[in-house]
Amino acid sequence: MNGTQNNYSRMQLITLIVLRVIIGYHFLFLGLEKLFNPSWTAAGFLLQANGLFAGFYHSMAANTSAMGVIDFLNSWGQIFIGTGMIIGAFSRFACWAGALLLFLYYTSNPPFMGGYFFIDRNMVEFFAVVLLALFPTSHLIGIDNFFTKTRSA
Amino acid sequence: MADKQDKNSNTVSRRSLLKGLATTPIMGVLTFDFYRKRASAKAKNEAIRAELGLQEKAPTINIQTGKNSSSDVIRVGLIGTGSRSKGGHLRSLCLVMPEWIKQRSKNPNDRNLQSFYNSEDLNIQITGICDVFDLHAEQAMNIITNSVTPWGETERPYTTKRYRTYQEMLESKDIDAVIIATPDFHHAQMTIDAVEAGKHVYCEKSLTRVEDEVYRVYNTVKNSNVVFQLGHQNRQNESFKKAKELVAKGVLGKVTLVETTTNRNTTGGAWVRHLDGNGNPKPGSLETIDWQQWLGSRPQVPFSIDRYYNWTKWFDYATGLTGQLFSHEYDAVNQVLGMGIPKSVVASGGIYFHKDNREIPDIFHIVAEYPDNDLTLLYSASLASSNSRGRRFLGHDATMDLGGTLSIAIDHNSTQYEKKLDDGLLKSDEPLYKFPEMSDNIDAVSSASEKYFTQRGLVYTEKNGKAVDVTHLHFKEWLEAIRGNGETSCNIDIAFEENVTCQMANKSYLEKRRVEWDPVKRRIV
Repeated sequence: MNGTQNNYSRMQLITLIVLRVIIGYHFLFLGLEKLFNPSWTAAGFLLQANGLFAGFYHSMAANTSAMGVIDFLNSWGQIFIGTGMIIGAFSRFACWAGALLLFLYYTSNPPFMGGYFFIDRNMVEFFAVVLLALFPTSHLIGIDNFFTKTRSA
Repeated sequence: MADKQDKNSNTVSRRSLLKGLATTPIMGVLTFDFYRKRASAKAKNEAIRAELGLQEKAPTINIQTGKNSSSDVIRVGLIGTGSRSKGGHLRSLCLVMPEWIKQRSKNPNDRNLQSFYNSEDLNIQITGICDVFDLHAEQAMNIITNSVTPWGETERPYTTKRYRTYQEMLESKDIDAVIIATPDFHHAQMTIDAVEAGKHVYCEKSLTRVEDEVYRVYNTVKNSNVVFQLGHQNRQNESFKKAKELVAKGVLGKVTLVETTTNRNTTGGAWVRHLDGNGNPKPGSLETIDWQQWLGSRPQVPFSIDRYYNWTKWFDYATGLTGQLFSHEYDAVNQVLGMGIPKSVVASGGIYFHKDNREIPDIFHIVAEYPDNDLTLLYSASLASSNSRGRRFLGHDATMDLGGTLSIAIDHNSTQYEKKLDDGLLKSDEPLYKFPEMSDNIDAVSSASEKYFTQRGLVYTEKNGKAVDVTHLHFKEWLEAIRGNGETSCNIDIAFEENVTCQMANKSYLEKRRVEWDPVKRRIV
């Protein structure tokens, strides 16, 4: 653990935890929706891919067995990430995994054609989870607290 | 001392426990939120279904994929093997080149490929073809001899003969039925000749060019035993069957206005088709095209590649938007409402964009009145804008948009749904029912005109979320009727209603007046 663990002010800590929980909530909700909607598949999203990596995402969508794996990883990935962030378990790992997922969403459909040049919701959320990975809170408030040797008490 | 230490460590572990689990209750909130949302979506869905009287029903399409040799073989001749035939009919008859499969396989969601594999063995033999253009005949022959079927067969157990004229083909004992896909001006006479030769007929629209042909074809077919099917393949579309069911149930309330449209904005869509992708003239010359046969009874004019490919532009060969596209629109509405021949028709328009040598208008509108049904049918076409205006049935209680998909929106001033709207059980003015469920699945590789026809329900329908070719189903219905099973949905009576309506529109446009149908004399006046 790095030395920042005790250095948050009360308001900083609360704000970071609220951010962690709402982003986790978002991930978990989307993951559950995909899990409970049997006809959902990422193929449509990937087929719409444009930009630099479009070829790569199109070839993924074209591969039926790969699509099965992608759909599985995506919905369960979101569920794992969301749960980890909300309850604060493996929270840093969950944040980085979330960042990776958001990076993939972003690069498959970059918003260059939209009004904001390169900024979209995926990018905003991406930097928010990177921030949460760099400013961890789960060792203070969260399941990770049980496995943290240095207690703040 | 020991007690104090115990107390301390208890406090520490209790605090630690609280910190560890502080955010866990959020999981409960989320679970509650998620199930509440799902339950309300489900309840809303069920309320709508109950209100609209929709039962979960298995699709009516019945396709047995794979080889089938149980039924009688029907020997079919193709009259006209141009783009509609070699590019569409042959596939719907289960014959495609292996290269086509290879090319289409690149996209896993290709609906055309899906619908090809979702075809059944129609148990036919294409024993004859006939086209005035050598190239088209050779291309069709190539597909018939070298193609592969959905069940993987590459050998044909029969031979196909190329006839030089359709009359020659009709004299042959090797032909039981013909599929006519020539330019429109040949359809009526070819149908009459085929029926008189005792051959069953599947004819592409438009069946007739002028009013007189309507009565001649009708009387000939009506007084024969042949099975006739007109090529309005969207009769086979599930969403149209669903639409008919919904209207009959009164879901829309009283329907007094139907708006239907054509919106195309390409040169090909405006029937300028004699140039290839690079702007060079397409093949065809007096050496390769039997021009006299092509002209038939029409005025003798020198060979023209423009006329050969772009015949729709002249009234000598077609009725323009009326026969080419309004006919589909009319039939789409007629199969849902069954309103038949209008009492009066007014048509107007002009050549406002494609100022070439054409005679047919590129902006064109038809107003057809049905006072006995309290209904107006409004058709509006533009060949200079692709703004998709859809096909709309406006009822007092709800509006239905109908194409390859169907969606319904409740009217906020509806009487029938007033209470449900007040109670918040139904929401107005937004699509609240869509059919089929997987309707957003248009693939990324289809061409613009393919998308146009897809949106209008003319390419495929859905069965358990999979595409089925509607032309294939339309052929199947015709062939089954020939075998004595059932009847064709687009029979000569339906064709008569449509062709009278089209001729009324055409007459109104050309004579610049309102025309009426005299039901006693059975003539346009």
